[in-house]
Amino acid sequence: MRGRLAFLFIPLALIAAACGGDDGDSITVYSGRSEELIAPLIEQFAEATGINVEVRYGDSGELAATILEEGANSPADVFFAQDPASLGAVAEGGQFATLDDRVLGQVSARFSDSAGAWVGVSGRARVVVFDTTELTADELPIDESAFTNPEWRGRIAIAPTNGSFLAFVAAKILLDGEPATLEWLRGMAANEAPTYPKNSAIVAAVDSGEVEAGLVNHYYLFRRIAEEGDVVAANHFLSGDSAASLVMPAGAGILASSDKSDAASRFIDFLLSADAQAYFATETYEYPLAAGVDADPSLPPLDTIETPNLDLSRLAEMLDRATDLVAEAGLL
Amino acid sequence: MSLGVGQLGDRGVSPEALREPAIVARSAQRRAPRWLWIAAAAVLVPAVVPLAFLGARVLGATDAAWQVLFSGRTFELVLRSMAFTTAVTISAAVIGVGAAWLTLRLDLAWRRTFTVLIALPLVIPSYVLALTFLSFFGPRGLFADVTGFGLPSITGFLGAWIVLTLSTYPYVFLIVRSALRRLDPSLEEAARGLGASPWRTFRTITLPQLRPAIAAGSLLVALYTLSDFGAVSLMRFDAFTRVIYAQYAGRIDRTPAAVLAVVLILIALVVLWAEQRSRGRAQYFSRRPSRALRRLVVTGRQRVAAYGALVTIVLAGVGLPVATLTAWLIRGLARGDTIDMRWGAVTGSVTGSLAAALIAMAAAVPVTILTVRYRSRAAAWLDRSVYVVFSIPHITVALAVVFFGAQYLGPLYQSFTVLAIVYATLFLAQATGAAGAALLQVNPHLEEAARGLGRSERSTIREITVPLMWRGLLTGGALVFLTTMKELPATLLLRPTGFDTMAVRIWSTANEFFYARAAAPALLLLAISAIPMYLMLSRLRDPGT
Repeated sequence: MRGRLAFLFIPLALIAAACGGDDGDSITVYSGRSEELIAPLIEQFAEATGINVEVRYGDSGELAATILEEGANSPADVFFAQDPASLGAVAEGGQFATLDDRVLGQVSARFSDSAGAWVGVSGRARVVVFDTTELTADELPIDESAFTNPEWRGRIAIAPTNGSFLAFVAAKILLDGEPATLEWLRGMAANEAPTYPKNSAIVAAVDSGEVEAGLVNHYYLFRRIAEEGDVVAANHFLSGDSAASLVMPAGAGILASSDKSDAASRFIDFLLSADAQAYFATETYEYPLAAGVDADPSLPPLDTIETPNLDLSRLAEMLDRATDLVAEAGLL
Repeated sequence: MSLGVGQLGDRGVSPEALREPAIVARSAQRRAPRWLWIAAAAVLVPAVVPLAFLGARVLGATDAAWQVLFSGRTFELVLRSMAFTTAVTISAAVIGVGAAWLTLRLDLAWRRTFTVLIALPLVIPSYVLALTFLSFFGPRGLFADVTGFGLPSITGFLGAWIVLTLSTYPYVFLIVRSALRRLDPSLEEAARGLGASPWRTFRTITLPQLRPAIAAGSLLVALYTLSDFGAVSLMRFDAFTRVIYAQYAGRIDRTPAAVLAVVLILIALVVLWAEQRSRGRAQYFSRRPSRALRRLVVTGRQRVAAYGALVTIVLAGVGLPVATLTAWLIRGLARGDTIDMRWGAVTGSVTGSLAAALIAMAAAVPVTILTVRYRSRAAAWLDRSVYVVFSIPHITVALAVVFFGAQYLGPLYQSFTVLAIVYATLFLAQATGAAGAALLQVNPHLEEAARGLGRSERSTIREITVPLMWRGLLTGGALVFLTTMKELPATLLLRPTGFDTMAVRIWSTANEFFYARAAAPALLLLAISAIPMYLMLSRLRDPGT
């Protein structure tokens, strides 16, 4: 009978066995970008520089919250996020160091933080994904305003709890003002726009015939094509110079609390290098933002997208308001 | 689970109670030894961290937080979530109890295979189950691809209800099954001998005796359903967790999410109260050692119906997801994808889950004994706090540990040890639930006798109580192991950097449409989890005392 209680000591042994070590030439990256897409790139960097990279993969928004909770004790040296809102949250919390002008200079200023807290690495365009068996591109409007009309009732999907949609709403507040944004969101709610948890779920739903169209980022469709082969979904780039045709960057910044800022800036340099930028163009179908690399030929070139002129650094300060309005419209 | 022994059986469940109430009542009034309280308090420390953190956040809540809280939409979502949770709990209880009775009381063939297959959906992450259902149904779904006949899409309330029911009924099945095995069969035999039909015997004799087990299982179902986000959001059913996750994604201010998590705790307390009420005040132990009950022989249409019910459950809960995952895998292989098996993820899952199960079992001992054998108000709150932690979304608990760990834990922050302790804390309710249901079936006279023979309180607990609740404890440990295998939100935030699990692999691949790459770890997760499941179900035979 005594033997049965021996297992009580196992937790104690576990606690005793705990340890934490630090390697000399090693940096820790918190990555909101998925391991499937980014791990090969990180390996290239480690091979090229001999710097070991420890990566914590997770959801961009949750990792931003993690960094804010950790405060000055954050083990992270670099935060590499999917969207400007998560980056902005960390910047607002004052936890990013300011990047060198040399780094910032490699990317068009409209894709980076205006105070230099983070730099854009690759671009994603907001698009309408649509079912080609139900719709043609010319049946789609030039901007998001028409989606509140009765003819679109129940036909256009959104992901109101998703970071990229909230960033779009924040951009719309900056461009059109709060009353117009709230009115549009209310219109979408009144139109019973089907809501999904994230972009990939919308693309899957459009492709499987569940809903006719949806507001998403452009690159999920390409992953779907790679996975499913034939798809009936297609991307439509809006042309109305509105928030719905915004190109939003994934980007990275160095934590102010990092004591390895040299190795960290070499990592960011690498993300902006021709090799890494070409990787984003061919493997993730995003828009390269540096080193003069062209986007995948199946995409309209970046400079032909009619995107509004907007300071992306201001998205984060509008994020809370965006969430308020989405909730007020009854979409949460 | 805080109802123990010592009350008169008010529903005629156990004749023993009417015969010897005096001795039983004395055992209930006994005061717990101090070391038991110290052990229980130590167990509670990791559970207090997230609760204290939430408390602090609520005290510092901004206006935005109160606005979110008092909006009509929040109220509406609370009601929706409660209605949804009720629906899932009822259907999960019906399936769980029904399947346990069919596999234990009828002379069907392949009983052990059925038992393992019926318990297996427990190990499938509910968001994976949701993804496979979405991919299988629909006008262009997998079923339509294969047969040319398009099924309607299953989303919204119906889809979420089916998926959550399938994900959670194994809680009821496993706990009820182990209770059913321990029942004294003489009452059922007497009923049958007096000519009662199987249905009448089940309804009037078996079912009332199973109440604590059904309540314990249903409680886990309800709290799991309440805190689930992945499956309900994929199924596009608007539940309360949706606002909580939206607040994390869409706000720099993190107090609204905390305030909403506290609302979830209040709902959980309502559920706990309901469970306590439904369990009643009766007692459920028997003085006789249990022995095997002669199984009912069923023939003809009844036999077909019994097999039909079991096969339907297995097809929906295991067949459909496995078929869909296999189809994803085959499609990927046909396309020339290389399936890169990460053995690090396998060892990560197994060691993390094993450590969690062992810690939870150790922690469950003092908590269960205090709440079942030494009932008091303090013990009842101890028990409740364990369940409350089980009902908070994992992201909330994880962020609390992030905050606390980064400030105060030094090198232990992001260590395997802390991760394992957090796992054990999140799932402790499963261990105490299963162990408590077992202990309630143990006649306290056995412990009385030991004390009467001069044993100390401590040696009675060590040599009588713990061995008698051992099987329930093992069931609880297995539940913790199996649910830790699929845990995701806390793993993502708290794992040591570079620590990988199969659940992380599935999430990271499926999230970006790498379905073929998600299929391999998902199938492996199932296969590996089936082993402890099989061992638990086949080794834990009748309590041979």
